[in-house]
Amino acid sequence: MQAAFFGVIAFLSILSAILMVMNRNPVRSALFLVANFALLAVLYLTLAAQFIAAVEIIVYAGAIMVLFLFVLMLLSLGASHALRERGGLQPLVAIILGLIFLASLSAAGAIGTLGPGQATPQWVKNGGTVKAIGTALFDPRLPWLFPFEVTSILLLVAVVGAIVLAKRRV
Amino acid sequence: MSVAHSGSADARRSGQFVGVIFVFIVLLVIAAVIGHLTLPGLAPVWHFLGAHPILNALVKAVVYVSFIALLVLFLIWWERKFAGWLQARLGPKHVGPQGMLQTLADALKLITKEDITPAVADRPLFYLAPFVVFVPTVLTFMVLPLGPHWIAQDLNVALLYVIAISSMTATGIMAAGWGSNNKYSLLGGVRAVAQLLSYEVPMVMAVLSVVTFVGGLSMRHIIDYQAQNGWLILKWPLIPAFLIFLIAALAELNRTPFDLPEAESELVSGFHTEYSGMRFAFFFLAEFANNFFSAGFAVALFFGGYLGPILPGIVWFILKTFVLITLMMWIRWTVPRLRIDQMMGLCWKLLVPLSLVVFILAAAWASR
Amino acid sequence: MLAVPTEYYLALSAILFTIGVIGVLIKRNPIVIFMCIELMLNAVNLTFIAFGRHFAQINGQMYVIFVMAVAAAEVTVGLGIIVAVFRTKDTIDVDEVNLLKF
Repeated sequence: MQAAFFGVIAFLSILSAILMVMNRNPVRSALFLVANFALLAVLYLTLAAQFIAAVEIIVYAGAIMVLFLFVLMLLSLGASHALRERGGLQPLVAIILGLIFLASLSAAGAIGTLGPGQATPQWVKNGGTVKAIGTALFDPRLPWLFPFEVTSILLLVAVVGAIVLAKRRV
Repeated sequence: MSVAHSGSADARRSGQFVGVIFVFIVLLVIAAVIGHLTLPGLAPVWHFLGAHPILNALVKAVVYVSFIALLVLFLIWWERKFAGWLQARLGPKHVGPQGMLQTLADALKLITKEDITPAVADRPLFYLAPFVVFVPTVLTFMVLPLGPHWIAQDLNVALLYVIAISSMTATGIMAAGWGSNNKYSLLGGVRAVAQLLSYEVPMVMAVLSVVTFVGGLSMRHIIDYQAQNGWLILKWPLIPAFLIFLIAALAELNRTPFDLPEAESELVSGFHTEYSGMRFAFFFLAEFANNFFSAGFAVALFFGGYLGPILPGIVWFILKTFVLITLMMWIRWTVPRLRIDQMMGLCWKLLVPLSLVVFILAAAWASR
Repeated sequence: MLAVPTEYYLALSAILFTIGVIGVLIKRNPIVIFMCIELMLNAVNLTFIAFGRHFAQINGQMYVIFVMAVAAAEVTVGLGIIVAVFRTKDTIDVDEVNLLKF
């Protein structure tokens, strides 16, 4: 049952990713990517990461992809403006290179084995809750607190940078 | 115009008022009866249906969708009636008692109308958009505690879930605005999404202020906290939090004074300009269902949800929610529309800093 | 407990990452290239979470939080750059934007 569920979700996410790349219309590719992120959020739920699944929807599907769509619509880059895709051998070469990359990834993966999973039912129940994430994030004995604070500066810089870039006259 | 004539109009209006209040009371009594029946009487039925997970989910889905549809029929009637009173007219009164069936007649008209698709529309997007807007709205009702035993699924991350699911609506609105291939729709869609994204920030901060008090994200947790410590609105840092939540909710719902995405005088009717018939009905349904959800969410967060003496929980919940919805309608029919730059300025220059201050205050107060 | 082996998640992640790589190589619209990069980041997130559950560690989910924050910052600035390029050059085709090319 669980394996079948995983299979369906995995198939759909691969399909939506392929459609995203193949589509000529960038607005539709963006919507396929939203679908892909929603499916990935479902997979995160099966991996006991409830908080990450919710954040995936909020941040990726709700904010980042909407930003993409917003820019596409602001610049009116729909079907009528669909860019000429690269012709000739380039897509073929790209796909071959990609497959070689996938093969090398699998080869690297085949070197070692993972061993048996160590997740206990207790961990699966509590491992990805907001409480677990919060305590780990703000625990001074763990290495996450300082990077987390630095992240806020990164986001601030990004906001300022976006405004500077978008304003016509600073 | 003679004095006597206006006097009789006044008398007619007050007669109407009594009639509407009567209808309201009848509906509440029905809700109370259903609320009581569900507790002991129907327990075996619920048990039977609850035994099978898929059957259980299906039944809940059917119940919730029909509940939302009926609710919207009532809400539209109430809004028109209330707007009528505020503007010193009668509102709908010919179809059914006090015009109650007017909305049903309108719905029938919408269903039988031709479903027009613009020739230049991006068809898949145009067809899908109303459902992408409607489905998240229904999904948010899943965690709304209507009564002590009336919560479809009590998630432990309910608040996060609500924020996540309701942010999906933006994609649907964007698809509607883009798919219509019409400049008014596109402008309406772009405005709506800018508004949704901006006002989500103060709204989430207001919700987080509640979370700092309660220390949990589950709806039941929040209601239990209020059962022990009194309504959360009575904690003073949460009064500004509630006001911020209310303003942000008005903006998220695209209601006046924030109805720029569908500003009739400038944009025809925004992102749903090109929609007609059933697809338009879905937008309308989503809008009013969202309205109920926002008010109900605020009631659960700040006003003790279904808590209250004597009457069953669901009646208290619906009463409180309707008071809040009426407040929203009152604002809608009183305040003029803002300009787009004023609206964004209000959000980013006033509400966001204010909500941060409120959040800090609430955190300090809660961890005393 | 693990009904679906972690290796399956890793394989899915590798496939999604490869699709992202191919998209970056094929596409000329920088916005779509950006989307492909987001897809690659998400594929990596999936590996982090899968490993996190395999070893019953929270560290995987921590990394995902940071990846998301960085992705949000990256998208904001990147889209700002794309809008600025579109304003000055009236096209966003990555092959046309080649002033820095030697």
